[in-house]
Amino acid sequence: MTWLTTIWAEARRAPVLALLWAAAAALVIYVFVSGGYLIAVLHFAAIYVVFVTGLNIFMGFAGQVSFGHNAFAAISGYASAVLTATHGWEPLPAAALGILGALLCALIVGYPTLRLRGHYLAMATLAIGLIVYEVAVQWQSVTQGYMGISGIPPLGIGRFTVTSDRAILIFLIIIAALGVVAAAGIRHSRLGRAFVAIAGSEDAARALGIDVARYKLAAFLISAFYAAIAGSLFVHAVGFVSPEVYGLHMVVLAFTMLYVGGIGTVAGATLGALVIGILPETVRRFSEYQDLAYGALLILILIYAPGGLASLSSLSTRKKKEDA
Amino acid sequence: MSLLKLEKVTQRFGGLVAVDNVSLEIKQGGITAIIGPNGAGKTTLFNAISGFRVPTEGRVIFDGDDITGLAPERAARRGLVRTFQLAQLFETLSVLENVKVGRHLHTSGGLISALTPWRARAIEAGVDRIAHGLLTRVGLAFQAETPASALPYGQKRLLEIARALAAEPKLLLLDEPAAGLNRNETSRLADLIRAIAAQGVTVLLIEHDMSFVMNIADRVAVLDFGKLIAEGTPAEVQKNKDVIAAYLGTMEAAHA
Repeated sequence: MTWLTTIWAEARRAPVLALLWAAAAALVIYVFVSGGYLIAVLHFAAIYVVFVTGLNIFMGFAGQVSFGHNAFAAISGYASAVLTATHGWEPLPAAALGILGALLCALIVGYPTLRLRGHYLAMATLAIGLIVYEVAVQWQSVTQGYMGISGIPPLGIGRFTVTSDRAILIFLIIIAALGVVAAAGIRHSRLGRAFVAIAGSEDAARALGIDVARYKLAAFLISAFYAAIAGSLFVHAVGFVSPEVYGLHMVVLAFTMLYVGGIGTVAGATLGALVIGILPETVRRFSEYQDLAYGALLILILIYAPGGLASLSSLSTRKKKEDA
Repeated sequence: MSLLKLEKVTQRFGGLVAVDNVSLEIKQGGITAIIGPNGAGKTTLFNAISGFRVPTEGRVIFDGDDITGLAPERAARRGLVRTFQLAQLFETLSVLENVKVGRHLHTSGGLISALTPWRARAIEAGVDRIAHGLLTRVGLAFQAETPASALPYGQKRLLEIARALAAEPKLLLLDEPAAGLNRNETSRLADLIRAIAAQGVTVLLIEHDMSFVMNIADRVAVLDFGKLIAEGTPAEVQKNKDVIAAYLGTMEAAHA
């Protein structure tokens, strides 16, 4: 059970982290029993666990930057929405086709740009995010523009569907857990070592025989796959989609989660998504200032705790060393 | 048979000729050192050999094949592995993980084995064993779980060599391995490099430290302003007039 040892090792190094895990588990159980509006909040947080865990593979493990993973969520999400609500497909094949389409798009964008170093990729991803958003707004005959598409059926196979709020929550938690476990498995495999080697030094990685362009593309496709799953899960859980769902706001939110939790660690991505996913929803009256708050939080974290929540205890030991 | 053969390798940057028409043969086995004053073109020549730069002219023949301009990762696959002048470690990873990355070429497995760790267990155990063995060999076994960034400089150099050895090179290129090491560390490094060569790995290194080079190298090649001005055993090179004028003279002046 590599993933268990991973999470255990990370927790042992950071007792604060173990506490946060326990708090997250307690919260999920509490909300599950009490029900109500908070369940929808947890739906949202669980979907973001999937999205951010995927983004972490590309940005945290492989050390690259993407501003455009919302595009892959949008492609699969809209495919799910249009194929089920407009054309009456079953949710599962619709989601599968959407995810495939998102991967194809990631391949087309990633293949040429990932051969370049530095900021080219970041710019290309920013562009693809904006393009997909504009298409969702303008292609009204299919997407219905800002109006969005409603009446999207919940996920299910045949007559068995996941409809109640609690059932959806369990389903989302299972998917999110699978995603986290897979990410932990990747981190401690030959594949994951190639990713983190690229983040450490591209030259050294190449000198050891790692085909840098190829592994960057692999990391990009894997993280696009996570993003696409999150995109489809969202429309089927909420039953509604509009361009705003996958707007630039999604990128800001995911970055905040990634850095607050701790970029590069499996637990950090999960915790960040849970904490940031739950906190702002509970103080809704500030919602107009959300992006501002996220931005401020992001800057504070980057300056004072670049390792995020996952590094809290090691941060305190480092402080002690510096004082000594 | 020569393992590495440079045929009239030239590297120009605009009007500057950093490496000028260098032809050199490195035989299988043993330790060869390339020496020369600062800016003589040593690292540029290394980059041309290892594929980090495509030489402007000339050919690089490795193990019988023309590898001129072959990408570094492909050269590594053929058994040509290099280290860097400023140790390029994976700083956030543990010492052990750094060495494990070095096993990349000699293991297999992509996404599927990452998602089914129970099937990759035997391979991972092998990687672990070899990595620990290499750390023991360079004397870093006690640091296995330390983040590479926390190592003192001398140990970073040793780790970089252990990581390169994990890739099982036929030819190991070391770019100034003794730079910045104290006397004690330098003598341990010399022992390590001798032991590596004794196991059949051909070693080509760039070095500033003359006593270090004369101590361990079987053959010495001297670069000055990009040109190869002498080649031979350490004793021969030390007697060479051009070398004394171009290199040893200035070194002694600098030490005085």
